Amino acid sequence: MARPGLDPRAALALAALIAAPLVLGDFWLVQIFGRALILGLIALGLTLLAGFGGMVSLGQMTVAGVSAYTVAILTTTGTGPALSLPVLPAVVLALILGVAAAGVIGLLAVRTSGIYTIMITLAIAVVFFYFTRQNYPIFNGFDGYAEVRPPAPWGQPAPFYYLCLAVAAAGYLWVARLVASPFGLALQGVRDEPRRLTSLGFDVYRHRIAAYLVAGALASAGGVLLVWFNTRIDPGTVSLGPVIDILVIAVIGGLSHPVGAFVGALAFVLIDNFAVEAIPAARERFNLIIGTFFLLVVLFSPDGLLGIWRRLMRPPQDAG
Amino acid sequence: MTLFMATLLNGLSLAALYFIVASGFTLIFGLMRVVNLAHGALYLLGGYVGFEVQRATGSWYAAVAAGFAVIAAVGMALQLVLFRHMEGQELRQTLVSLALSIIAADLMLWIWGGDTYQIITPDYLFGAFPVGLPGLPMYPTMRLVTILVAVIVGIALWIFLTRTRLGMIIRAGVDDRDMVQASGIDVHAVFAATFAIGAGLAGLAGVIGGSVLSIAPGEDLRFLLISLIVVIVGGMGSVAGSALGALLIGLAEQFGLAYTPTYGVVYTFLILVAVLALRPQGLLGRA
Repeated sequence: MARPGLDPRAALALAALIAAPLVLGDFWLVQIFGRALILGLIALGLTLLAGFGGMVSLGQMTVAGVSAYTVAILTTTGTGPALSLPVLPAVVLALILGVAAAGVIGLLAVRTSGIYTIMITLAIAVVFFYFTRQNYPIFNGFDGYAEVRPPAPWGQPAPFYYLCLAVAAAGYLWVARLVASPFGLALQGVRDEPRRLTSLGFDVYRHRIAAYLVAGALASAGGVLLVWFNTRIDPGTVSLGPVIDILVIAVIGGLSHPVGAFVGALAFVLIDNFAVEAIPAARERFNLIIGTFFLLVVLFSPDGLLGIWRRLMRPPQDAG
Repeated sequence: MTLFMATLLNGLSLAALYFIVASGFTLIFGLMRVVNLAHGALYLLGGYVGFEVQRATGSWYAAVAAGFAVIAAVGMALQLVLFRHMEGQELRQTLVSLALSIIAADLMLWIWGGDTYQIITPDYLFGAFPVGLPGLPMYPTMRLVTILVAVIVGIALWIFLTRTRLGMIIRAGVDDRDMVQASGIDVHAVFAATFAIGAGLAGLAGVIGGSVLSIAPGEDLRFLLISLIVVIVGGMGSVAGSALGALLIGLAEQFGLAYTPTYGVVYTFLILVAVLALRPQGLLGRA
């Protein structure tokens, strides 16, 4: 098995992404690659949780939402609690609150295991959505917050793209290192044989919660970028659709390697932007298309696009 | 007093509707370990089917029957065509049901649009019924009917599960699926029947919900959430647990909305948190 890390292929991909602004227009930079990097970063946490920890959490978008709302509430004026903090402390606070939210979700979810995790995190995610929609004092209800912009230089397309790329690359390297570290190996042990790990002296709950915190940090960073990308946040951002999109992204990319989250995010964003245009009759039927694509992947390639890629690349004698 | 009484009855009638939906969800989960995330979509589809049948035939009872029967058939088809081939792969089944719910929600939006529909009930169920409670002389008849239907569904399920052969096989299957299979019972036929009943209950609830509340896009999500929370709180696979969970959630939601309007959903969350912290297997669930 190849150890995940900065192998030559990853270095090549990173170099290509760094050079991308030389050839790509603003639309491709921000709307396609920028958005894919942000969604991939949020989904990366799910890849860690589900692929390496065996915990399919639907809480990633909720954590991103907590962090995004924090930035919006603290840096905008006019609606809600007008605090208008400088950007840096607001972002730091957003990351802290996001990770704290992830910790709460983790504490609740690790009490049960397996298929229950998906039910509990889904319930928490939907409750958070309803709460943001019906609460006006803090979340400004249905309208949410508008005009949330990044500080001066980062509002431009190329700098914003590089900001997304830097954060996403850091997140990717962190997770790639982590899953090969003793912690990552223990986490995979916890996924496969929790009882054996317990009897070996590992604290199963602590490993699981630590994984939730790491995933939460990734989602929080993604949430900050997301609110700047959209320049607004409202309950729609944390509704069931986006919550499930993160799972769809992680699954269609493939849960077996951290890069799957970004592959899935790119596929998702491309489908979002182009598949709908390719089929004129289905202009407003994005969910139908992505749902069918998701269904086909789950039915025929449970290890996602990465799995398809590996099967195509693998020589007949099976180098595996 | 009026607010309290009205809120109490609203909570009870809502709990009744929640119970009908969640009992189907818990039945399927208890036996097959399938977390059917398309359950909310089945509820909404049942509502639309009931609406169309009522419009075509003019009979509310035909709508109720069709809502149950059509969705039961859809559920059985799902089990036979899809879930049967992934037995034991819980996550994959869940993901498939999730994909189905995304597809179904979009198809329903395509067919019925974003409008809100209400299923027309017979005249004698429309209007208010003299309940004669202190501070609340009259109460909408249809909401009382919802409570009645839930009681009937509860009793019918209890008789079915304890007094019929199929019901006993299902209960045995919940406890020890392998043993049931080993004793020569065709579990696939039992699974298909259970899926049909569970889905049919979602369809039935859709028609009732479409009559007492309304049907619109988004209701599928609401009732999926309700099913999840009720079943987590009550205990997975326990029909009695889903009744208890539905009561708690229905009452908490209505009292929360009546007395602290913008924090209504917080109480639901707190109940969920308390149960998970103190009794992770649910109030009436077995560890």
